[in-house]
Amino acid sequence: MLNASLKELSKQLAEKKLSSVELTSFFLQRIKTLNPDYNAFITTNEEMSLAQAVDADKMLAKGEGGPLTGIPIAQKDIFCAKGWLTTCGSKMLSNFISPYDAGVIERFNLAGAVNIGKTNMDEFAMGSSNETSYYGIVRNPWDTKAVPGGSSGGAACSVAARLAPAATGTDTGGSIRQPAALCGISGIKPTYGLVSRYGMIAFASSLDQAGPMAKSAEDLALLLNVMVGFDARDSTSLQRAQEDYTSSLEKPLSGLRIGLPKEYFAKGMSQDVENAIDKALAEYRKLGAETVEVALPNAPLSIPVYYVLAPAEASSNLSRFDGVRYGHRAESYSGLTDMYRKSRAEGFGPEVKRRILIGTYVLSHGYYDAYYIKAQKLRRLIAQDFAEAYQQCDVIMGPTTPTVAFNLGEKSADPIQMYLSDIYTSAANLTGMPAMSIPIGFGEKNRPVGLHIIGNYFKEAQLLNVAHQYQRVTDWHLKSAV
Amino acid sequence: MNLSLNDVKRIADLAYIEIDENQAEATLAQLSSIFNMIETMQSVDTSAIEPMFHSQSVSQRLREDIVTESDQRVLFQSIAPQVQEGLYLVPQVIE
Repeated sequence: MLNASLKELSKQLAEKKLSSVELTSFFLQRIKTLNPDYNAFITTNEEMSLAQAVDADKMLAKGEGGPLTGIPIAQKDIFCAKGWLTTCGSKMLSNFISPYDAGVIERFNLAGAVNIGKTNMDEFAMGSSNETSYYGIVRNPWDTKAVPGGSSGGAACSVAARLAPAATGTDTGGSIRQPAALCGISGIKPTYGLVSRYGMIAFASSLDQAGPMAKSAEDLALLLNVMVGFDARDSTSLQRAQEDYTSSLEKPLSGLRIGLPKEYFAKGMSQDVENAIDKALAEYRKLGAETVEVALPNAPLSIPVYYVLAPAEASSNLSRFDGVRYGHRAESYSGLTDMYRKSRAEGFGPEVKRRILIGTYVLSHGYYDAYYIKAQKLRRLIAQDFAEAYQQCDVIMGPTTPTVAFNLGEKSADPIQMYLSDIYTSAANLTGMPAMSIPIGFGEKNRPVGLHIIGNYFKEAQLLNVAHQYQRVTDWHLKSAV
Repeated sequence: MNLSLNDVKRIADLAYIEIDENQAEATLAQLSSIFNMIETMQSVDTSAIEPMFHSQSVSQRLREDIVTESDQRVLFQSIAPQVQEGLYLVPQVIE
């Protein structure tokens, strides 16, 4: 059960060799025993998880199960789930029992999947190390002195430590791909607008996108089949024909053109990461792909552009937390405005406050054009760079992160150093393009290295195909941290 | 760009986040270095470029003006900090 793929688990469930209650109990027991070491979960609820497992077994008994029926999924604590404590990693929501389900949760429920628990994360998804969570740090299962990455650090850890067969994450600047890379698992951020943002607590609405995190590209395809779909309650949800993301996994890669952005290979990448990337690219050439150099001249500006746009949107989104209708309210205050000020000062942690202040400033009178509009213009230039690159290649590859996982505490005092861990990932959010990370080996201190694969809009099936073909001939994705 | 201590206090005020003198000073140092990093944006001439507000060129969907939500007041208010007779309570704002 520990290392089985979703396809294998699904087969055993369908053939009644295993029940969902057995499978769910197995992972609940693992979480109970091992979560104190990792802190990957903020909340578990045996009663609710097992009730879903019982229902899944009934579905399976009637032969009504789908590929994910009865499979336990670790849900990032950013997704509202009815009756579940939903904290978003913040003290602000430490008492928030969600009265409704997010679109993503609804779709997993409909598929008969089991919510095995809510995973730890950086507060309001703002962080790259999971160290900003109000609920404590998460440890990297490959080396407990290292960060798991963030913001979906608990999710990545839960899969790497085999506390759950698969997990969900969200990605605003790299929050699925960066922790996937640092924890040696696979993760994909789909094209913006494919997965519903309804009930997914908002950070930067024009960048936020949910996606799956799992052991392999094949597992990701099955999860994506459930997660993608139009939702009228999300104003930027896209109406498209439903795709089967497993359908082209087996396509050979001969003739595939891989673009290598010279800016990503020029500097900044550490030697151990570069070595692993070189080996992975050699493997792709063996599979029949060719590599071409492409240019993304404006891509290095992704981080400054991101740190204008994301905080601007966050400052607006997080204004809803006022201590009136739900969430944290200060104990004592002198009046209404003082109640807002104290509730927000107490409820938000330092990184969240920092970003609200940056956003408030760049949106304030006299600075809007110089920062916000300037950043939106650069965003277009970055998107144009990618459009031109795709004239010469099918997918773009590079490192997911400049280094392997850094040590806990190493960057927490220096926000800029922390922000730079998303140097390669944030462009895909700014442009809205799909991108993924897969494990391709180990670097310094035997910590995992991730390969970043970026595709053109709606090319998720191609990305998964490219990742799966690599995983067919290599076994990095089968290595287990535990 | 030079951020002042007063700027930090002003934006904290706009954002409704209480901040004391020590926190304001620490915040000033951090925000200054972040804005120095952000300033690198100015190295590119964007005068002829249209801002990109959305990654896909889609327009806002409209829907019929009909009621789609059912009344869940009791459920929603069960998680509120303070309610009375179906109303959310806040400190008095009108004398």
